[in-house]
Amino acid sequence: MSVRQDSFRAAVLDPLAAVPEGLKDGQGRPAGRRFSVYRNNVVAGLITAIETSFPATAKLLGPEEFLSVASLYVRKFPPDTPMMMYYGASFPAFLQQQMRLDHLPQVADLARLEQTRREAYHASDAAPADPGELAGLAPEALANMRFDLAPALRLLRSDWPVHAIWAFHMTDDAPPPGQEAQNVLITRPAFDPEMAVIDTPTCAFLSALQSGATLAEAESAADAPFDLTAALGLLLQGQAIHQIIPGDIL
Amino acid sequence: MSNLVKTAAIASAVTAALAAHTTTAAQAAEKEKCYGISLAGENDCAAGAGTTCAGTSTVDYQGNAWTLVDKGTCTEIDLPGDRTGSLEPLDRDLPQA
Repeated sequence: MSVRQDSFRAAVLDPLAAVPEGLKDGQGRPAGRRFSVYRNNVVAGLITAIETSFPATAKLLGPEEFLSVASLYVRKFPPDTPMMMYYGASFPAFLQQQMRLDHLPQVADLARLEQTRREAYHASDAAPADPGELAGLAPEALANMRFDLAPALRLLRSDWPVHAIWAFHMTDDAPPPGQEAQNVLITRPAFDPEMAVIDTPTCAFLSALQSGATLAEAESAADAPFDLTAALGLLLQGQAIHQIIPGDIL
Repeated sequence: MSNLVKTAAIASAVTAALAAHTTTAAQAAEKEKCYGISLAGENDCAAGAGTTCAGTSTVDYQGNAWTLVDKGTCTEIDLPGDRTGSLEPLDRDLPQA
């Protein structure tokens, strides 16, 4: 008698499930506790993968809480692709829904930041445009130009001091986080994602640029005064402008 | 803000950003991958699970493990013995197979 894949899978993910009937060891005897060892290794491996991918989140939760919530997650949402670099994309949303974590309302955004850093890390390469191309453009052409931004560029809006919380857990000598909400721009100028804290109008400006607005349109989308020079500086510094698409002179 | 004023404001912001970028680009030390200088388990990587880079070197100064360092400093780094850092992977200090 053989074991169906769906009953095997269900038993692997449920610590209380019986050993699937018909599962044999090498000698043809019932698998018994050997199956429990396998079941435990599967879950332990997935929990380690989540911890590797969300190190700051794991530290904020503390070892016991992390282990408990991560084991719930990996059993409910096992990988749907063999590429572990993509595993855990839904972990932030899962944390958000855990009522037991209501005392840590910032944890889902911290996990979102870590997931966004992973996405930036694995995004395609895009050679930066030569900033010199901008220097030759007439003022009207500048206002109407668009940017093709690097695929690694990410924007994260948060109601929490999410960058400061990340830094507090991940870097030496970082001060304890304050109260102020932080939006984060992630770029990848070299090999690793770099983060910059940006205000809400700057975030709206960059988001509009990313979705293809002209410089003038994106500037209006910000809906509040912001430092345009600094925003463009972040894009240049982050090697985030892949192509400059000059606008028509109206 | 009239369109004309706005266009002028955008143009001057672009000019200022370019000027600032040229200055910082000249000053900022770029990073480069430097092989053979990492302590065991401390090589760089921000990739997360499912990759084989971060913290996987198993011997000190492993020749095929790298760390990001300021550009131009890789081969100058002081290491024990007669080792030096390298911009290319090295075949010294590899883990026993």
